[in-house]
Amino acid sequence: MSILVPITSVIIALFIAAIVILLIGKNPLSAYWVMLQGAFGGKAAWAANISKMMSLVLTGLAVGFGFRAGIFNIGAEGQLMMGAIFATFVGINLGNVSPVFAIPITMLAGILGGAFWASIAGYLKAATGAHEVITTIMLNWIAVYLTNYFVVGPLAVGQGVPKSPEIAQSAQLPPLMTVQANTLPSGIIVSIIAAILVYILLEKTTTGYEVKAVGFNPYAAEAGAISLSKNIVLTMAISGALAGLAGSLEVMAIHHRIFGDFSGGKGFDGISIALIGQNNPIGIIFAAFLISSLRTGSNAMQFAKVPDDIVTIIQGIIIFLVAADRIVRTLIMKFASPKGGESK
Amino acid sequence: MNVFQAIIYSLSTPIFYKLMLMSATPLIFAGLGGVYSEITGVTNIALEGIMKIGAFTAVVFTFYTGDPWLGLLGAIISGVMLAWMHAYVSIRWSADQIVSATALILIAGGLSAFLMEPIFGHSGQTDFVAKIPKIKIPAIQDVPFFGQIFDEMSIFVYLAFIAVALSWFLIYKTPLGLRMRAVGENPKSADTLGVNVFAIRYFGVLMSGVLAAFAGAYLSIGELGQFQENMPSGKGFIALAAMILGNWNPVGTMWAALLFGASDALNIQLQSILDIPPEMKALLNLLPFVITIIVVSGFVGKTRPPAADGIPYEKE
Repeated sequence: MSILVPITSVIIALFIAAIVILLIGKNPLSAYWVMLQGAFGGKAAWAANISKMMSLVLTGLAVGFGFRAGIFNIGAEGQLMMGAIFATFVGINLGNVSPVFAIPITMLAGILGGAFWASIAGYLKAATGAHEVITTIMLNWIAVYLTNYFVVGPLAVGQGVPKSPEIAQSAQLPPLMTVQANTLPSGIIVSIIAAILVYILLEKTTTGYEVKAVGFNPYAAEAGAISLSKNIVLTMAISGALAGLAGSLEVMAIHHRIFGDFSGGKGFDGISIALIGQNNPIGIIFAAFLISSLRTGSNAMQFAKVPDDIVTIIQGIIIFLVAADRIVRTLIMKFASPKGGESK
Repeated sequence: MNVFQAIIYSLSTPIFYKLMLMSATPLIFAGLGGVYSEITGVTNIALEGIMKIGAFTAVVFTFYTGDPWLGLLGAIISGVMLAWMHAYVSIRWSADQIVSATALILIAGGLSAFLMEPIFGHSGQTDFVAKIPKIKIPAIQDVPFFGQIFDEMSIFVYLAFIAVALSWFLIYKTPLGLRMRAVGENPKSADTLGVNVFAIRYFGVLMSGVLAAFAGAYLSIGELGQFQENMPSGKGFIALAAMILGNWNPVGTMWAALLFGASDALNIQLQSILDIPPEMKALLNLLPFVITIIVVSGFVGKTRPPAADGIPYEKE
């Protein structure tokens, strides 16, 4: 039943989006066909798809991990960018270091950058009760302006679009494969390993148990001698570390630098992914694949003259239905039982 | 001129106060919207999304009808529709209110960007349309200093302060306001006393739609005459912070919005007065967001939300 809710939500969302496409006078079937082609039609499409998925797994994990502790980390966007800034700072200074050291050091820099940024919101929540939704949103904006500051100021290089210099060759993650203009980044392996580690952390360790206990019932957890404030800061730090890792992978495996609008909304996509994957690390891998397919496919949809913002609408409807899961459950009940809605 | 002198100088100019009022206006409207929703017990972090769809539909309606007042009407309709979605799943289906609001922010952003191309033929921003005319009040016009502040001021600025006064009166001086507060503090006992909890909550959330739509319409057809894709740019969330700082009270929210407006005005003023390189201007843009974080972190004293805020009410 629980997995039926997100699946049904996705189907309903695709159906409503089809109506929206119809309303602007386009054919939804051909639009969706182009979308499928764009996401899965050939090796290059797959490579682009997996490239997008790499960071989405991590931002999904970041948001999902927070949810498990009852924390709504809406700041994966800013944490990803801070991770990218830290990784770039370190990465451009590693010219003479062997890749064996340069790669983990750069990755770690991004992880720490994200963890640091999220910990600010965690600390403020623990110390003063400031709601993390507002603080992380503000930290997102600050991260955006900081990135802008670095690429027009201290890190600025070259003409045209404000950008930083490339990180050292030794700090770049080699691609698994190159397909035409697209590469299949090895960072996807790092993302999958991270998902498995988060799964182990949540299901097999005391820390994971405490995190889940706090999320399930903070008052009972505190009565059971679990420190709330310690767990809030720790959860935020781990959550931010995952988003920060996404930032360092974007730098190390794809762009090799930072620039203005760096994230492209991958942090916000993390919210949809966590909700569709029901905060389960393995579910999040599949949800990230769904969203990366929608995003990659929607890029192609522009050729069919359908604006790619349709994906944002689809994501919004999916989340809305996941929030209102009781509506979806009632619908499923109606269809599942022949007499309609009576079974409990 | 050093930074300190620049601050003193800008505080002594009428343009600073004009900018402050202009920046505070959308925060007052949206912040009041938050007050209406939350004192009845429904959090509504979707204000940002409602502002966005409101700003967009205001331009679309004005574009097709040529009348910005009909644009404002369109904004209100779309704002109420979005707020209704939030109300329906939060009140009727006990949905997670933060998740539902997040969904609406996405839907509002997606819809406004998606419809831009079919309607205006290009993406990113709409065409320019007629604006709601600014007004001159002759009596104030001749007063030195004040005359310059209120010269050619948008009618939305005056409406914002009228809305504060009306909201204060409604919430603290009328039976409806008493019911709203009762439902937000203790829905169960309000229910026992015969108050229709669901109806009151619908009223609160729908009012947040109306007011956040005003905030959005001010940005598009009040000031710029155009909609841009990134339009509210965090103002909906700063309005929530103003509501918290204002202790869920219309008058307090107004003062908090004026404080945020002042920090915004100072940022704009300093960028034009100080002779600083462009990258430092990017840093000055951080100011309103840093101030918001400091403020919601209880730097200025603790505030308390309504007891049942964010908790769905279910009849047994």
